[in-house]
Amino acid sequence: MTVQTGIQPISSARRAKDRLVQVLVYLAFALAVIPLLSVLWLVVKNGIGRLDMEFLTHSMRNIGARDAGGGAYHAIIGTLEQVLLASLIAVPIGLLTAVYLVEYGEGGRLSRTISFFVDVMTGVPSVVSGLFVLAFWILVLGMPFSGFAGALALSILMMPVVVRSAEEMLRLVPRELREASYALGVPKWRTIVKVVLPTAFTGIVTGVMLAVARVAGETAPLLLTVFVTDSINNDPFNGPQMGLPLYVFDQAGRPTDTAVDRAWTGALTLILIVMLLNLVARLITWWRSPARRR
Amino acid sequence: MAKQIEVAGLDAYYGTHKAIEGISMTIEPRSVTAFIGPSGCGKSTFLRTLNRMHEVIPGARVEGKVRLEDQDLYGADVDPVSVRRTIGMVFQRPNPFPTMSIFDNVAAGLRLNGRHSRSQLDGIVEESLKGANLWNEVKDRLNKPGAGLSGGQQQRLCIARAIAVRPQVLLMDEPCSALDPISTLAIEDLISQLKQDYTIVIVTHNMQQAARVSDKTAFFNLAAQGQPGKLVEMDETSKIFTNPAEKATEDYITGRFG
Repeated sequence: MTVQTGIQPISSARRAKDRLVQVLVYLAFALAVIPLLSVLWLVVKNGIGRLDMEFLTHSMRNIGARDAGGGAYHAIIGTLEQVLLASLIAVPIGLLTAVYLVEYGEGGRLSRTISFFVDVMTGVPSVVSGLFVLAFWILVLGMPFSGFAGALALSILMMPVVVRSAEEMLRLVPRELREASYALGVPKWRTIVKVVLPTAFTGIVTGVMLAVARVAGETAPLLLTVFVTDSINNDPFNGPQMGLPLYVFDQAGRPTDTAVDRAWTGALTLILIVMLLNLVARLITWWRSPARRR
Repeated sequence: MAKQIEVAGLDAYYGTHKAIEGISMTIEPRSVTAFIGPSGCGKSTFLRTLNRMHEVIPGARVEGKVRLEDQDLYGADVDPVSVRRTIGMVFQRPNPFPTMSIFDNVAAGLRLNGRHSRSQLDGIVEESLKGANLWNEVKDRLNKPGAGLSGGQQQRLCIARAIAVRPQVLLMDEPCSALDPISTLAIEDLISQLKQDYTIVIVTHNMQQAARVSDKTAFFNLAAQGQPGKLVEMDETSKIFTNPAEKATEDYITGRFG
C-alpha cells in the first residue's frame, strides 16, 4: 500500500491558469504603455525639428502668418511664472490644510466638512475654475487679464491634489514617532515641524510635483484668465501673458505648416519642462533622504 | 536628580471605557519598580499616565492624583510638555527618528527644546551614548542614520535619547520585548546602572526579567474582560516572587493563572 504524501506536483490546470493570467497581465501592461509611448514618440518626432535656440529665445512678435521662425520664449516665461505663482498659493494652503486634517481635526465636524469639499474640488472641471476667476477676479473686481489671474485659476486646481497627497503621506508617519517626540518633552507644533513633516517630506514633494505636472498642461483656465499674446510679458501681474498650453492651442489652430510645427515643438517643450521639474524634485528628495548617508 | 512618585486613587479612561481604577502607590527614587500582569490589565496605560502621555490619545482622560515629590502632575496650571521633559519614556518598539542620524537622534530632545552650542551637544551626546552602553559601537558613525542600527542598538539609542534630556524619572514600556536575549541582557545591565541616578519604572511580560532587575514589583490584574484593571499588590520583588500576600499573584507567578 502506498502512503499518500501531502506534497504533489503542480497540476496542469493550475499551470495553465498561471500562464493565462500572466499573459493577460502583460497584455494589459502593453495596452497601457502603447498610447503613452506613441504620444511621446509623435511629439518628439514632430517637435524636435524646431527645438532650436531661436525657438527658446524668441517670441512670436512680428512673425507674419506665413513666416517660418518665431519661438515660444514668451510662452515658456509665462508658464514658469504662472505655475510658480500657483504653487506659491496652493502648496502652503494645501499643506496646512493637510496638517490640520491629520494632526488637529481628529475626525470632527470641521475636518469632515473640509474633507468633503476637497473631494468636491478634485472633481471640478478645469474650465470651471477659469470661469470662476474670470467672473470674480476680472469681471467683478475689475482686475486685468494677467498671469496672476491664471495662477489663481491653476491654484484652485492644485489645492485639492496637494491636500490629498500630503494627507496620505502624513497619515503614513507612524504614531510611535510622534509619541517618541512628545515623550522627549517636545511640544506638538515642533513635533509636526521637526519630526512629522521631515519624515513625510519625500512623499509630499512627489505629490506637489504631480500637482504641478497636472496644472502645467492646463489650457482652458488660462484661455479665460491670461488671454493670449504674441509678445514677451515678464510681468505676471499686468497685461495678457502666454502659456505653453495656450501657445500649442493657438499655433495648432493656424492654417500653416510652420505654425503647426511650432505647436509640436511647444508641446515637446512643455513635456521637457515637466520632466526637468520632476528631475529637480527627485534630486531634492535624494539629497534629503537618509539613504544617501548610509 | 531622581525623585519619588506618589499616585493616589488614579482612574484612566479611553472615551467612556474605564481602563484602570483606583490605583495608589509610591514609587521610590533610585530604584527599579516593575509592573507585571496579564495583557490588557492596564500596566502600560498606568505607565503612560505617569508622564501625561495617556492623554495624547484622542478621548483619553485621567482622574486622580499623581505627585512628583511635592508637585501635582495633573494640576490645573501644569504644562504636560514640561512633565514629559522631566519624566522620560522608552517604548516597546525601538522608534528612532528615521530622518535623523545617530547623533541627531540623541540630540533631538535638546535641539527641539532650545538652543545648545555644538560643543555642549557633543558632550551630552557622548555622555548619553556612554550611559546607554552604545558609545563604543557607534562612535565612528555618528552621522549615519539611526534606523541603520540593529534592533537592540536602536533600543539603546532610544534610551540614550531619553536620558539626554536629563529626566528625573525613566519609564520603560516593555523595552526588551522586541529584542533577542543578548540585547535584552545589555539593556538589563544598563537598567541596573541607570538606577544609580534615575527613578526607573519598567513594564514587562517577562517575570524572570522583573525578578532580575527590579527592587519592587507591582502586580496588576483585571477581574474580567471589559472590567477596569486594578493594582492587586505591590511589595519588595523578593517577597512578591517568594511569598506573595495575594492568591492571584501567586497563581500568576507560578503560571497557574488563567
